[in-house]
Amino acid sequence: MDEKVIIAKRIALEFKKGYLVNLGIGIPTMVADYIDHDQEVVLQCENGIIGIGPLSECTTELVNAGGLCATILPGGSFFDSATSFSIIRGGHVDVTVLGALEVDSDGSIASWIIPGKKVPGMGGAMDLVVGAKRVIIAMTHTSKGTPKILKKCTLPLTAYKQANLIVTEMAVIEVLEDGLHLLEVNPEFTIDQVIQATEAKLIIDNVIPMKGIEL
Amino acid sequence: MKEFIQSKDIANYVKNGMSIMVGGFLSNGSPENLITAVLDTNVTDLTIICNDGGYEDKGVGRLISAGRVSTLIASHIGTNPAVGRLMQEHKLLVRLVPQGTLAEQIRAAGAGLGGILTPTGMKTVVAEGKQVITVQGKDYLLEEPIKADLALLGGAIADEYGNLRYRGTMRNFNPLMAMACDTVIAEVSEVVKMLDPEMVVTAHPFVDYILVGGK
Repeated sequence: MDEKVIIAKRIALEFKKGYLVNLGIGIPTMVADYIDHDQEVVLQCENGIIGIGPLSECTTELVNAGGLCATILPGGSFFDSATSFSIIRGGHVDVTVLGALEVDSDGSIASWIIPGKKVPGMGGAMDLVVGAKRVIIAMTHTSKGTPKILKKCTLPLTAYKQANLIVTEMAVIEVLEDGLHLLEVNPEFTIDQVIQATEAKLIIDNVIPMKGIEL
Repeated sequence: MKEFIQSKDIANYVKNGMSIMVGGFLSNGSPENLITAVLDTNVTDLTIICNDGGYEDKGVGRLISAGRVSTLIASHIGTNPAVGRLMQEHKLLVRLVPQGTLAEQIRAAGAGLGGILTPTGMKTVVAEGKQVITVQGKDYLLEEPIKADLALLGGAIADEYGNLRYRGTMRNFNPLMAMACDTVIAEVSEVVKMLDPEMVVTAHPFVDYILVGGK
């Protein structure tokens, strides 16, 4: 299975009935394809919509936060950017899922700039990780072998101590006050391989096989 | 009745070195005809405030690609390679602002507030040089209001009074910018006799001129 699909499928299991969820660009967007319809999860996009639906033929009127033409589901609504970020910052979004370049032992996140190389900007990410009730990081475990889960982030931060859960193709890691807890490991890998691919110290107590993979 | 203008009239409202807010999110809700009209004048050295840098050939990005902009205040610039190139050539100064903060700074200017207090950006480079204020035991950044000389709005339908409603996700920053600028020009796709008062998002006293055209 493609590593991005593994990550997306696993994250989709984190949503509870009626959750209001914001999905970032990249792997997070793919999570939408694996959400159980019975859960009635509602998706919010920061450009001003609750109830965004599947992508569509291009109309000029409705895009998602990645600028792609999309649809609105029954019950949905539109609003301006101040309202959108009141929803986000005000703690009304249950889960935000976003990608990252680095995450560290404290749950600090770096995702918006590689100084001197790439400066895409933070967009809505800084508000989302500060405001959402739960922050899930969706990313590959390493960047071509170089660990991305670090003792301390080296890149400029998106936010200090805001990540709650890290989901990679190798493992599921929960961020708690005392550090990073390894909860689940993809059966294609051993716990040792996960430790090898992670710079930060992992707290290992009761590891189970990664959920959602057999789907 | 609101004053309706033609594209060529825009020369009367723009001048070198002025600050312009441009509505839209990745060009969705940006006033393409007004942007073309600005390009048809000789104005340059503009300070542009927009959610993002648009695309090289679409939205506010066209002003940037044409070298008319000396300062850009935005949350995201990753979709327009011209922004990075001009930054490297020291021809464009970019100030990156978290999207929710940018929305609130513009809203604050229009609402007569001396700024806003936000948790977004705390303990990141965004906080550098800014005042931290503690309220009810929690730390916030003081972010100052942002206003501008001119607003160029898009994505709207007007009535003959100049009231505006917006289409789909094209609302985004437009209603906020309508209240934060000395002069406001709205590009609308359609003019109806009178909008249902319940549907009006931007009330006509905030709109100075209307250009009819485009989608």
